[in-house]
Amino acid sequence: MNNTVTQSVTKPRMTQAAKITRITYLALLALALAAPAIGLYPVFVMKLLCFALFACAFNLLLGFTGLLSFGHAAFFGSAAYITGWFVKSQNWTPELAILAGSLGAGLLGLVVGAVAIRRQGIYFAMITLAIAQMVYFVCLQASFTGGEDGLQGVSRGNLFGMIPLQSDTAMYYFVVAIFVLCFLFISRIVHSPFGQVLKMIRENEPRAISLGYQVDRYKLLAFVLSSALAGLAGSLKTLVMGFATLSDVHWSMSGEVILMTLLGGVGTFFGPVFGAGIVISLQNLLADKVGSWVTVIIGVIFVVCVLAFRKGIVGELQAWLERRRAAAKAH
Amino acid sequence: MEIFGIPHQAFLGQLMLGLVNGAFYAMLSLGLAVIFGLLGVVNFAHGALYMLGAFAAWIMLDKFGINYWFALVLAPLAVGAFGVVIERLFLKHLYKLDPLYGLLLTFGLALIVEGVFRELYGASGQSYPVPELLSGATNLGFMVLPNYRAWVVLVSLVVCLGTWFIIERTPLGANLRAGTENAALVQTFGINVPMMVMLTYGAGAALAALAGVLAAPIIQVNPLMGSNLIIVVFAVVVIGGMGSILGSVITGLALGLVEGMTRVFYPEASNIVVFVVMVLVLMVRPAGLFGKEA
Repeated sequence: MNNTVTQSVTKPRMTQAAKITRITYLALLALALAAPAIGLYPVFVMKLLCFALFACAFNLLLGFTGLLSFGHAAFFGSAAYITGWFVKSQNWTPELAILAGSLGAGLLGLVVGAVAIRRQGIYFAMITLAIAQMVYFVCLQASFTGGEDGLQGVSRGNLFGMIPLQSDTAMYYFVVAIFVLCFLFISRIVHSPFGQVLKMIRENEPRAISLGYQVDRYKLLAFVLSSALAGLAGSLKTLVMGFATLSDVHWSMSGEVILMTLLGGVGTFFGPVFGAGIVISLQNLLADKVGSWVTVIIGVIFVVCVLAFRKGIVGELQAWLERRRAAAKAH
Repeated sequence: MEIFGIPHQAFLGQLMLGLVNGAFYAMLSLGLAVIFGLLGVVNFAHGALYMLGAFAAWIMLDKFGINYWFALVLAPLAVGAFGVVIERLFLKHLYKLDPLYGLLLTFGLALIVEGVFRELYGASGQSYPVPELLSGATNLGFMVLPNYRAWVVLVSLVVCLGTWFIIERTPLGANLRAGTENAALVQTFGINVPMMVMLTYGAGAALAALAGVLAAPIIQVNPLMGSNLIIVVFAVVVIGGMGSILGSVITGLALGLVEGMTRVFYPEASNIVVFVVMVLVLMVRPAGLFGKEA
């Protein structure tokens, strides 16, 4: 993964690639804005965007810092519950409830991260999984989460107390706006000096330490940012769908977000969005037809990805374009 | 008679139950540690293999009338063979990669196995009768001990100590340990390392299946029994550290007891107590109680 080297050598080509990327993003943004007009079901696209945001937040940690958290459902789900609870019991407006959910998830991330970064690699994954399971049991037994039923019938309310979000179209543009802002925010983080340090930690942690960086602080901040953004996705999901349930905090949700990122392309910007799109569409298509086979299919995709497809779809595509350009230059 | 205000009988009963759970934690974390040591793979499918063992025993009894005692041998053999197939088909392609890929692949395998069984048998449990020879209970004077539970603890102790003996005290174990340190060097001494790795994974799978057969008469045999257990076992492994075999056995049993005690004094927390202990241990000794690495 030594992108930095190729980047500095092939600067003119990268600007061309950047141009292509920019055009692609503008086209996708236009598609997102036009989606309700061209007949895409808004609730489906909103759900997709929520999970895409979740996957992007996860990718900030796995793709750009090299930390595999197997417990991200804890942040997604706890924020979903917090938002649902504030809307239902305290009649908070949606933006405040979302803020509360994201901050709550970020705080949880601070605690979990502080414990988990004491170990590395495989242990980090196991620790995050175990703590997330603890969060799951707390949600199962606590009184404010509604136990097995979860929080049902969470209303979307009025944005800033003024703009009603009950109509799917209004909610849709709200979700698109948040998603785009978060996507830009994540890309800003990755391209900042802070993001460069994260990449260095991913590539060679001992070297980062020897250069005098306080690696643990960087990792912890990345973890908190990632968990707060995952929480934002969960909060948004509660408002879109109108419920928060135990499946939001279950370990299989942590597995799903890993799959989305892996399938789309770990460490690529657009990969997680693409992966989320595939997984959510697949679940939507198959849910009422094949029952438990969905789990089997997800498992098979996991196995195929790990064995044959480790760069993910977007990653493989980028590598292929790179090879083609290199070949064109050689001629 | 009462202990800390809890009826004596209930207290010892929960303690016994905790010990039984601890026996399962010990057997499963032992298998995880052995597999991780030689293959560098954290086997997420361990829970699924445990479930397969229980289901194999149940199917053998239900469809073919094979009794518990034969299932105790046959189910681990069958699941062990399945493990060998998994290693040959999938895992052997991952040894040069980051161990995280092993975790992800075995996670996928666990989903597949669980999904198939949930489709075939539904999410509800199947009950497996306690074998006649072990049914009933023995009155020890100070408590009534269900025979089957005593048997589970006994078998698991024998199996754990047997595994320890094989790995630490026999030539075969010496080869295994050498392979863990430096596989390439061991290969140059003429030892068939790929074969050893394959059989190790098979043995680990068989161990998980044996735990599954032992568990079948105590809990409802259901497709999800493994995935809930494996996460607790991961916490056990983090607490104990995967460096030492006896360490993982002791940690497993101790945590089972801690869980049993919690069930007596503060039942609401019994699900999470192992995770709380994990967090505490990480604060004090990040490498785990028996871990060597920093």
